[in-house]
Amino acid sequence: MAWRTKPLSPYPGIGAAVLVAAFILGTLVAVGWQADGSKGFAASDWVALRFTLKQATLSALISVFLAIPVARALARRRFWGRRVLIALLGAPFILPVIVAIFGLLQVFGRSGWISDILGVFGLPPIRIYGLHGVVLAHVFFNLPLATRLILQGWQEIPAERFRLAAQLGLSGRVMFRQIEWPMLQRVAPGVLAVIFAICLTSFAVALTLGGGPRATTVELAIYQAFTYDFDLGRAALLSAIQLGLTVTAAVIALKLSNQAGFGAGMDKPVQRWDSVSPIRDFFWIFLATGFLLLPLSSVVFSGLVGLFELPSLVFRAAGVSIMVAGASTCILLVLALPMAAAIGAGTKGLVEIAGILGLAASPLVLGTGLFILVRPYVNPSDLALLVTALVNAIMALPFALRILAPAARDVIVSHGRLAQSLNMSGRVFFVRIMLARMRPQIGFAAGLAAALSMGDLGVISLFADAQTATLPLQIYRLMGAYKMDAAAGAALLLLCLSMGAFWLLDRGGRRHAEV
Amino acid sequence: MKHLILAAGIMSATSAVAADAPVLTVYTYDSFVSDWGPGPQVKAAFEAVCACELNLVGVEDGAALLSRVRLEGKNTDADIVLGLDTNLTAAANETGLFAPHSVTADYALPIEWTDTTFVPFDWGYFSFIANAGADFPANFAELAASDTSIVIQDPRTSTPGLGLLLWVKAAYGDEALAIWADLSDNIVTVTKGWSEAYGLFLEGEADMVLSYTTSPAYHLIAEDDASKVAVSFDEGHYAQIEVAAKLASTDQSELADQFLAFMVSDAFQNIIPTTNWMYPAVTPANGLPDGFETLITPKSTLLLDAAMAGEMRDKALTEWLGALSR
Repeated sequence: MAWRTKPLSPYPGIGAAVLVAAFILGTLVAVGWQADGSKGFAASDWVALRFTLKQATLSALISVFLAIPVARALARRRFWGRRVLIALLGAPFILPVIVAIFGLLQVFGRSGWISDILGVFGLPPIRIYGLHGVVLAHVFFNLPLATRLILQGWQEIPAERFRLAAQLGLSGRVMFRQIEWPMLQRVAPGVLAVIFAICLTSFAVALTLGGGPRATTVELAIYQAFTYDFDLGRAALLSAIQLGLTVTAAVIALKLSNQAGFGAGMDKPVQRWDSVSPIRDFFWIFLATGFLLLPLSSVVFSGLVGLFELPSLVFRAAGVSIMVAGASTCILLVLALPMAAAIGAGTKGLVEIAGILGLAASPLVLGTGLFILVRPYVNPSDLALLVTALVNAIMALPFALRILAPAARDVIVSHGRLAQSLNMSGRVFFVRIMLARMRPQIGFAAGLAAALSMGDLGVISLFADAQTATLPLQIYRLMGAYKMDAAAGAALLLLCLSMGAFWLLDRGGRRHAEV
Repeated sequence: MKHLILAAGIMSATSAVAADAPVLTVYTYDSFVSDWGPGPQVKAAFEAVCACELNLVGVEDGAALLSRVRLEGKNTDADIVLGLDTNLTAAANETGLFAPHSVTADYALPIEWTDTTFVPFDWGYFSFIANAGADFPANFAELAASDTSIVIQDPRTSTPGLGLLLWVKAAYGDEALAIWADLSDNIVTVTKGWSEAYGLFLEGEADMVLSYTTSPAYHLIAEDDASKVAVSFDEGHYAQIEVAAKLASTDQSELADQFLAFMVSDAFQNIIPTTNWMYPAVTPANGLPDGFETLITPKSTLLLDAAMAGEMRDKALTEWLGALSR
């Protein structure tokens, strides 16, 4: 056997990355190809582009800046209910957009809880609609994700580092500079890029909370090009711009990111000796919990009424959604694990960028492109659920890679040489060592993918016939039929299912491990 | 391999039963095929008389529906498209994909029906809906001068939104721009679709929401709640007439004709009022359901004809964007 520099081959991962990139670019080309004559880039598109960039940048920066103290507090403190809290903090991210909007408005809206309290003191209600509303909503969605990813960075610092720092008597500030800051430099740019990309494709949230056409995003312009103008060329062009912006953000993030890892530890539970006063940490935990859980609890309250009168059709749709989420999670893992291994083995650029493309791809363009591509061969509505699961998996891929890749790198750094000296084959290394050691991250990524897929309306509305409704689509249909109470009940059911799937998979991966 | 097995399961679960009976494929908007919409009842009623299978395919909303048909072009699987409105028929006609019809009926529409391609199946008036008891503005000018808050739909993404755009244009012509500029401080927000806007109104985010004069009928009949009212505007209300047409490329031409004729018969029209919450295009023999008599009747009907609506829409949209983007 030839001597290898790495314990496993990056080619399966590169293959998966090429597949993903071909899928995303292929659908884009399919849409562009179909176009005949286009108005091209309109003046209003510039305005949309400017607004999109502004809100996405602000949302990403604020989400990450708030997430750092929250994650640091959660990493330093152990308290009763901490695990439940961390799981619950993931909830906003996996809520269907429309449910989240209503939850937010029940707290921050004109007749929301805060305005009601202000009213008691004779103060006018707060005005949430505008750029600040858009950013507020995006922070609500993404703060939990940022917190989880950064918290994971903290957890990947070997316990020995903190022990050594304590032995050397390093003060809190020095310890931050020596241990925590390099970790942040490694993790934060990627998180920024991911959130920036998510917010780039925002549409309904931006329009509704932005208060009107001032808050037109590129994604809305794409939708308009499709349905209002039927200008496929312009839709493809705008979608290409979205992809370009995301790739740029990803490249900048890769450049900024400090790639040096922490090396191996003995996997001991982290103990901290630098915890001076808990007040500041609990202030941050309390603040984040309030901001994230108040709108969630309003979703729960409004749903309780309708929950017990749900039509049986809603439960059938829930069954369909569980199936789609399961399929989507499997597809995701098949793609993400080899890609993470390839990144860990040092093949970064292409694989990382292919991984992030999924976020920037307009769901409408993806769905329509797929529709054009498969239609000559099969009836698209026969594939509705499969396509939904596939697109959900592609969309969850960037998150999964952020979660899996650092862990894969650490496994290769810490165990690769030993495996090579034992002449262990790449496959055995992947299955016996890497998968086993990455179980917590795999559980987290799978949980996130399942929950995201469960809550995503996605492309199903492009393909569905009457019989194959997922739960999010059924929620929309209930609302469209004036049945707002039943819709709220179904939304609560969806929230429970998403959280349940997330909890199950995330916990499954963390058995015998400390969070 | 687990994902492949799952995927195969999903695929087999969704493939429909296609036996020997001919299949008529109807593309329509999503809320039509929903379990709470007219779809399931229409399917049962038509299949009882046609010795065929009615395959209803839901596509988001009216505008997305037209885009889908244009995307598929002459190769479309659809035999019938159901759910465009008169604001879209000009664009639909330009595609040349639709075939003329020979349906005649005693229509109960607010205008005389002369279109030879599209057959109407229901209609309604756009209107602002509010909670009973307050004082309401009597027209757009009064609304703009008042501090009444409204939530509306975006004309770029929603058919009611486009309806409102043309309503203001039809009522005010060249002054529409000024009306929108004055309205901008009344508009709480603009939503992607009807559901979001109506939901926001029910949550108390605005005093009024753009919907239909028939909306209070839902609350009255289905929820026994008389607190929602449609606000009458004295410049008249814009009408929405929803239509269907046969595709020229259909291979089920006779069946498609049979469906269009069925569509204006009592069997279909009786289903419409309490599932689509619109007026039937032809009043059924047993009249409208109890509760519909409480609805307001606008003083006059505004409706740009199809060609005019097609022409006006881009100019009106530019004005709207200009006035509200400031």
